[in-house]
Amino acid sequence: MDAALEAYLAAQEKKSLLRFLTCGSVDDGKSTLIGRLLYDSKLLFEDTLSALEKDSKQHGTTGGDIDFALLVDGLEAEREQGITIDVAYRFFATEKRKFIVADTPGHEQYTRNMATGASNSELAILLVDARKGMLTQTRRHAYIASLLGIRHVVLAVNKIDLVGFSQEVFDRISAEFSNFAAHLGFLSRFAIPISARFGDNVTSKSAKMPWYGGPPLLTFLESVDVESALADKPFRMPVQWVNRPNLDFRGFSGTIVGGRIKPGDTIAVAKSGRTSTVKRIVTMDGELSEASVGEAVTLTLTDEIDISRGDVLCAANARAEVSDQFAAHLLWMSEEELLPGRQYLLKLATSTVSAQVTALKHKVDVNSLEQLAAKTLRLNEIGYANFSLAQPLAFDPYAENRDMGGFILIDRFSNATVGAGMIDFGLRRATNVHWQALDIDKDARAALKHQKPAVLWFTGLSGSGKSTIANQVECALLAQGRHTYLLDGDNVRHGLNRDLGFTDADRVENIRRVAETAKLFVDAGLIVLVSFISPFRSERRMAREMVGEGEFIEVFVDTPLAVCMQRDPKGLYRKATAGEIKNFTGIDSPYEPPEEAELVLHTVGIEPSVQAAAILSYLKDRGYIA
Amino acid sequence: MAVISHLRRLEAESIHIMREVAAEFANPVMLYSIGKDSSVMLHLAMKAFYPSKPPFPFLHVDTTWKFREMISFRDATAKRLGLKLLVHVNEEGVARGINPFDSGSVLHTQVMKTEALKQALDKYGFDAAFGGARRDEEKSRAKERIFSFRTATHAWDPKNQRPELWHVYNTRINKGESIRVFPLSNWTELDVWQYILAENIPIVPLYLAQKRPVVSRDGTLILVDDERMKLRKGETAEERLVRFRTLGCYPLTGAIESSADTLEAIVTEMLTARTSERQGRLIDSDEKASMEKKKREGYF
Repeated sequence: MDAALEAYLAAQEKKSLLRFLTCGSVDDGKSTLIGRLLYDSKLLFEDTLSALEKDSKQHGTTGGDIDFALLVDGLEAEREQGITIDVAYRFFATEKRKFIVADTPGHEQYTRNMATGASNSELAILLVDARKGMLTQTRRHAYIASLLGIRHVVLAVNKIDLVGFSQEVFDRISAEFSNFAAHLGFLSRFAIPISARFGDNVTSKSAKMPWYGGPPLLTFLESVDVESALADKPFRMPVQWVNRPNLDFRGFSGTIVGGRIKPGDTIAVAKSGRTSTVKRIVTMDGELSEASVGEAVTLTLTDEIDISRGDVLCAANARAEVSDQFAAHLLWMSEEELLPGRQYLLKLATSTVSAQVTALKHKVDVNSLEQLAAKTLRLNEIGYANFSLAQPLAFDPYAENRDMGGFILIDRFSNATVGAGMIDFGLRRATNVHWQALDIDKDARAALKHQKPAVLWFTGLSGSGKSTIANQVECALLAQGRHTYLLDGDNVRHGLNRDLGFTDADRVENIRRVAETAKLFVDAGLIVLVSFISPFRSERRMAREMVGEGEFIEVFVDTPLAVCMQRDPKGLYRKATAGEIKNFTGIDSPYEPPEEAELVLHTVGIEPSVQAAAILSYLKDRGYIA
Repeated sequence: MAVISHLRRLEAESIHIMREVAAEFANPVMLYSIGKDSSVMLHLAMKAFYPSKPPFPFLHVDTTWKFREMISFRDATAKRLGLKLLVHVNEEGVARGINPFDSGSVLHTQVMKTEALKQALDKYGFDAAFGGARRDEEKSRAKERIFSFRTATHAWDPKNQRPELWHVYNTRINKGESIRVFPLSNWTELDVWQYILAENIPIVPLYLAQKRPVVSRDGTLILVDDERMKLRKGETAEERLVRFRTLGCYPLTGAIESSADTLEAIVTEMLTARTSERQGRLIDSDEKASMEKKKREGYF
C-alpha cells in the first residue's frame, strides 16, 4: 500500500471521537452554527454547496446570503417553517478529532428529540441569542443535558454581532448561566461569544472581539478532554442473544458496557447469583485475549449455567444491583400524561418488564429548579419517582453507567416510547419485606369450597346493566351453594376508595385497588364478581395479569351509549350532559371497549336473567363450578 | 487503557443493533442491494452471529435493470456464504412494461423499487427489515432513527418519530406494522471504504475503474450494459476509463471518470472528492425533498 495512504489511515484510526449536541431555544442559531462548522472546515461537496445556494434563495431567512441552517434542516416541513423539528446527525473531522454532532430542536414541543440527541452525547453546546439572554427553554435544555449525564457544557452566546460585539452583554449572560448551572454537576463549563452567521470565533478567532481571550469554538472542541472512566469500572455485559450454532457451542453475545474481560476471569449472573469462569472470547476474527467497554463479543463459559437474554454478566466481585423497586428521574415524552399506577413496559439494556410508578415524589420547575408537588407528568415535564417492577432487574445507578441505568417506558397499547428514565438508586424495600410463606394455599381453600376460584370482571358504560346482571349471577351461584363476593364500583367508592375522584389518575388507582382486592378474594378461593365501568384497557389488562392463567373472565356488557343515556337509571347522564358532572365516561371521558373479552353480552331486548344463565353455563362448561 | 479504534467502534455499534433485531423480532430480513454498503452490512452480519449464520434471510428487490455484474456478484456471494437469498421482482410492473427509459425514473423507481419492496415485505410478513442507509448520504436520512417505525401501509412519519435514547431500542409493534433498521446509520462513505479496505471485503468490480462503453447523456455517463440501452440520435458509445461511486439501475446511475482501479486508489480518490456520492443518482434530483417523499411512501 502507498505509504502516505497508510500513514493517513493509521492517523484516522487513532483519532478520538467527540459526540456533542447543539441545543438551546428556538431561533438561537443551532443549525446555522453546525452549517458554519461544516462550511468553514471545508467539508461540503460542490454539489451540496450549489444546492445550498439554490435553497437559500428559495427558503432562506438570510436575505439571499447562504443560509447554513438549510444544510441540516432536512425535512420538508422544517425548510418550509424555518425551524428544526427532529434531531439531525452530521459527521465531520478535523486533523485532530472526529465529530458526530446532533442538531436538536429548540421548540418545547420537540424536547423529546433534544433528549434523543443528548442521550449519546458527551458535550453540549448551549446556544443563547445575545439579544434575548437565557430563556426558559435554555434552562430546560441545560437541565436535561445535565440529567442525561452530560458533563461538559459550552455556553455559546450567539448573534453577538447584533449587540455590537459587546463584552458587557456577554459577561452578563455568562454570569447568569454560571449562577444557574452551578448546581447541575457539570465538570467543565466554557463560555464563548460567537456569530454563527458570520463565523466569528467559530473556527478562527474574531478580530472584532479583542476582549475575548479564549480559543475559537472548534479549537476548544478539538481539545476538550471528555475521556470517561468506563473501562475502569466493573465488568458488565447484558446478554443480547444466546449463540447456539450446534450442540457443542453455547456462547453469550452482547456488548460490553462497563470494564473489561479476559479468559479466566470469574463472572456472576446478576439475577441468579450463579458464577462461572470465562473460557473464550469468540469473534469471527479469532479469539481475543481481552475485550473492553464498547466491544461486541461472544463469551463462552466453563460451566453450564442457565443464562438467557436479559441476564447481565458482571464482575463476580462487583455485581450490579438487583431489585424490583428503584427511584429514578423521569422525562415524560408523550402527549398522554403519566398515570401513576398504570402498567408500562420498561426496557433497560436487554430486559423488558412490566413496571409502574408507585409514587411521584415531585416534578421540577425548569426555571428555578424548584421541586413541586405533582400527581402526574405532562409532555416534556421532568420528575422524580419510585418505580415498582413485575420482576426484579439488574441495574447500576445512571451516574455510574448510562447503559446500565438508563431506561425507556413504552405504552402497552400504542407501543410509543413515552418516557425516559435514569435510575438514581435501588429501593431496598423489596429485599427487607420478605414474602411470608404460608401453609394453606389457594388450591386448598378452593378445594374446601368445591369450586375453581375466578374473577368475573364486568366492564361497560354506566347504565349498561353490569350490576344488574352481576347481581343475578351471584344470586344464582349462591343458590347452588357457591362461595362468592361481589365488588361493585359505587359501593367500593363509599369505603375502600372513598378518597379517590374521577381524574384519569384516580381511575387508574381505583382499578388497581379493586384488582388487588379481587386477587386476595381469589386467593381465598372465592368466585369474585367485579362490576366496574373500568374504561381503560391498560388497567383491565393489569387486573388480568394479577391473577393466574384462566382465572380472569372479562365480561363486556356491550350496550350502546344511546341506550344507556336513555335508561339513565341514576340520572347521571342528564347531569353529565348538563355539565354538572365532569369526567363522565362516554360523555367527556373515553371508554375503550375490550378487544378480546371472554364474553360479550348485548342487553338490548334481552332479559338480564337470560344473560345471567349464559354466564352460569360458561362457568359450568369450563369447570369453574360442577 | 486501549480505547477501541474508530472502525471497531462503528463495527460494534452495528453488531449490537443486528443482535437486538435478531433477538426481539419474529421474522426479520436483511435487504441486500449488492452495493458497497450492503457488502459491509452483510460482512457485519456474518460477524454479529459468528459462529452461527445470520438468523434471517436476505432479500434483493430486483428491478430487472441492475448492472449484469451486480447480479452475478449477488449469486456468487450467496453461494459462497451459504445465505438464504430471496429475490423479488414486481411482475405486475414487468407486465406493464415499466422501464427507466420510457416510463421515466420517477415511475420506474416507484413501481419497480418502492412498490416491489412493499410487495415483498407483505408477501413474507417481515416485521423488521435491515437497510444499509447512512445518515451522511442525504439530509432526510440524517433525520432518521436507527429503528424507524413504519405503519401497516409502510409509511414513515418524519414528524412523529419515536424518541431513541442511548442504545435502548423500542422494538414493540402491533400486527402489520414494521420497523426499518439502519445499522450503518453512523458510518460515513469514507468509513465504508476504509472498512472494506481494512477487512478486505469483496465488492462488485464496477466500483473499480476499467474501460467501459458509456454514453454521455444530459451530462451523465451512462453505461451501455445491455441491448435495452437504445442510443439517441447523435449519441455514440465510447470506451472510457470509468467507475461507479454508487450502484443502482444502470440507466439511472452515472459513472465517473476515474483511474482508481484498486481499493487503495478509491480511498485516495475519496479523500480529494469534491462532489457527494448521490450526485450520480438521477432519482434524487427529480424533485425537491424527493428522498423524504420516497421514504414516506416506503422507499428504503
